[in-house]
Amino acid sequence: MIKVKVHVTLRESVLDPQGTAVKNSLHAMDYHEVQDVRIGKYLELLIEPSDRPIEETVKEMCEKLLANTVIENYEFEVEEAVTQ
Amino acid sequence: MKFAVIVFPGSNCDIDMYHAVKDELGEEVEYVWHDEADLTQFDGVLLPGGFSYGDYLRSGSIARFSNVMSEVVKAAEEGKPVLGVCNGFQILLEAGLLPGAMLRNQGLKFICRPVELEVVNNETMFTQAYQKNERITVPVAHGEGNYFCDADTLKQLEANGQIAFRYADNPNGSLLSIAGITNEKGNVLGMMPHPERAVDELLGSADGLKLFQSIVKHWRDSHVVNA
Repeated sequence: MIKVKVHVTLRESVLDPQGTAVKNSLHAMDYHEVQDVRIGKYLELLIEPSDRPIEETVKEMCEKLLANTVIENYEFEVEEAVTQ
Repeated sequence: MKFAVIVFPGSNCDIDMYHAVKDELGEEVEYVWHDEADLTQFDGVLLPGGFSYGDYLRSGSIARFSNVMSEVVKAAEEGKPVLGVCNGFQILLEAGLLPGAMLRNQGLKFICRPVELEVVNNETMFTQAYQKNERITVPVAHGEGNYFCDADTLKQLEANGQIAFRYADNPNGSLLSIAGITNEKGNVLGMMPHPERAVDELLGSADGLKLFQSIVKHWRDSHVVNA
C-alpha cells in the first residue's frame, strides 16, 4: 500500500476568519511574534498501487473532491510501501 | 407545475420546501431521494437546506456526487428551473452549476435570523413578481454563507445581471453582499436565505412566496397554451 499525505489550505487571496480568530487568541496569550495563522486540512490516503501513476490519480482526486480550487490549494506527498 | 424536492441524507429543510410548494403555492410536489436517477417527470427542481452528508469535507462537496446530481445537471441544461437554498446553494456551487464557493461566515458564528434583502435583478424567472430594488424579509440560517469568487467572475456576475439578491446589511462577509446568484442562462438560482420559510405571515413574512410564484408564472407563460 502507498500512503499519500494531502494538505489542503485556503488560497492566499482568501481571508481565513478561523485563522484570524486563532491569531488573536495567541496574541491575547502574549505570543505577539505570531504574524499570521492559516487553518487547513490534512488527509491521509492509503492507496493500492495500480498501473496508473499515483501522482496523476491523487491530483485528479484533489481537483475533483478533496480541494475546492476556487478557494483552496493542495499539496501532497507520496510515501511508498506502507505495510498494512 | 410539478416540483421535485431532492432529499439528501442530512437535508432538514425538505419538509418546509414541500409545504411551501404544496400548501402555500398550491402546486404539485414530490420528494426525490438522492439516489434516484430520473427527473424527467418534473418541471422544476428544488434543492433544500440542511447539512447533507454532515457537511463533511466541505458543505455540499459529497452531495454533489450523489446519483441524482447528474439528473439535476441535465434538468438545468434543459432549461428547467433549479433552485438551491442554503445547503442547496452550496451543492450547486460544488457541482459547478453556479460559479464561486462559500467560506465560513466572517464573524465565525452560525447566523439564524430574518434579514432584509434587496432584489437586484427582477427580470429572472425566479424574481419577476418582485419590484426592482424591492426590500424583502427572509430568514437566513447558516455558518458558511460567505460568498467568494475571483475578481473576473465577480465582474461577470455583475455585467450579466446574475446577482439576484443582495443583503441590505451584509451579515456574513459575502463579496458585494451577495445573497443569491443565477447562472448565465438564468434558470439556476442559488441563495443562502430561505424563501420557503417566508411563505405565510404566520411565519413572520410571506415575502418568499413571490419567488415560487415567479417560477410558476414563468413556466405557465412558456408551457400553457391559452394561459
